[in-house]
Amino acid sequence: MAWFKRSPWILHYNATSCNGCDIEVIVSLTPLYDVERFGIINTGNPKHADILAVTGSVNEKSRQVLINLYEQMPEPKVIMAVGLCAVSGCVFQDCYNVMGGVDKVLPVDVYVPGCAARPESIIDGMLKACEILEEKYANRNKREKGEEHE
Amino acid sequence: MAHRNLIPFGPQHPVLPEPIHFDLVTEDEKIVDAIPSISYVHRGLESLVEKRDFIDYVHVADRICGLCSFMHSMGYCQAVEEIMGVEVPERALYLRTIWAELSRLHSHIFWLGVAADAFGFESLFMQALRLREPVLDIFEETTGGRVILGASKVGGVRRDIDADSLAGIVKRLAKLRPELEELSTVFITDYSVKHRLCGVGYISKEDAYILGCVGPMARASGLDMDMRVIGYSAYKYLDVQPMVETAGDCYARCLVRIREMLHSIDLVREAIGKIPDGPVEVKVKGFPNGEYMSRIEQPRGEVIHYAKGNGSRFLQRFRVRVPTFSNIPAMIRILKGSEIADVPNIILTLDPCISCTER
Repeated sequence: MAWFKRSPWILHYNATSCNGCDIEVIVSLTPLYDVERFGIINTGNPKHADILAVTGSVNEKSRQVLINLYEQMPEPKVIMAVGLCAVSGCVFQDCYNVMGGVDKVLPVDVYVPGCAARPESIIDGMLKACEILEEKYANRNKREKGEEHE
Repeated sequence: MAHRNLIPFGPQHPVLPEPIHFDLVTEDEKIVDAIPSISYVHRGLESLVEKRDFIDYVHVADRICGLCSFMHSMGYCQAVEEIMGVEVPERALYLRTIWAELSRLHSHIFWLGVAADAFGFESLFMQALRLREPVLDIFEETTGGRVILGASKVGGVRRDIDADSLAGIVKRLAKLRPELEELSTVFITDYSVKHRLCGVGYISKEDAYILGCVGPMARASGLDMDMRVIGYSAYKYLDVQPMVETAGDCYARCLVRIREMLHSIDLVREAIGKIPDGPVEVKVKGFPNGEYMSRIEQPRGEVIHYAKGNGSRFLQRFRVRVPTFSNIPAMIRILKGSEIADVPNIILTLDPCISCTER
């Protein structure tokens, strides 16, 4: 159970979501689903966050906000696309102000499907994100050790 | 004159689940001006009516907003049905009303939770969201979705609820009611909650009328405005009472929502008691030709769906006027002159729904 080494904090941003996935992300933090048992809590500050959960597809205006949030987060970081809109655009694909999924702008690590994504699948996605975060830490440590030897 | 500061609020902010941005001009701790900037969530889904035919578009209307998803699809269907002259069966109207009232119930419970979070009462937030789950379970069992229901369609509803399930809904809501009353007692009587809400964000009856407030915002200022009394859907058979308070502050808005929440449970029980047997949908023939404005009472206030068709498969124009949009001028008026620490409270008691507003 390598992913319980750390308790990653989550930053949630609504790119152009309809609210459906946002409330499911919030619900997964509350008593019935309770991701806090894995040490995951919601933070409002990108500088404290390890995982960025994005709901909704990207439009012209939210693009820059997303990039700003991403750049303020410390390395290593994991991006999680929650809901079909964040994955591909869902029913809004053909809208004039929708650029498509979050992967058009940021390197997405975990895709959580569903419209709206169910809390169970969000929890599953968060645990996957924890694993990937752990891998990224391991890779970074290896790289740093390698540099020391040189 | 005190020194002026410009404080940006949003689009990413801990108390806001949704992105809206304010430039708050402050003098010491007082706000002298608030400049909103929107369109962080603009998708342009109204223009999608030109690409999706009028029956498929219900799915898009369902996804205008997650919290009042059913209301939007219901309003859209009402507008199209009215244009085409479709007689919706009585049972379908009742089922729509039941789902609509349950939507109002879960939206208001969610609001109570988020408002508690905004004034820093974390455990109350957790309790409120715990009590919201039974309502979502009812949704899941009757429609299959927790948030986006997809239950409404042009000409009726997609699914019927059998008699046993209807009886079960009444039983579960009866069990939920005392718990909700216990939760609302904290809001109504707790000293620290009252201290944060009483007298904060006051708007007078005249201002609320002139600035075009709708929904709980208007009702908390003493304006008796509730679209349910005009009797769309099955509301004409039910005993709807608009909940009106006169204080006009954040506390009054909170009281209005608490009373509406409990009234919704009564309405669901009444509707289930009166529901007739029969079909739940009619076959729709032809294409819409004409225009109509359907008015509906959402959890946040009056929403208008305008649809215009020209006799082809695709509608020509679809427009939604949402309650948050008409409440924003009042919000700006309230923000001016308030303390900076009250800003989250004031914005939250308006219950803004940005994804409806920007679509």
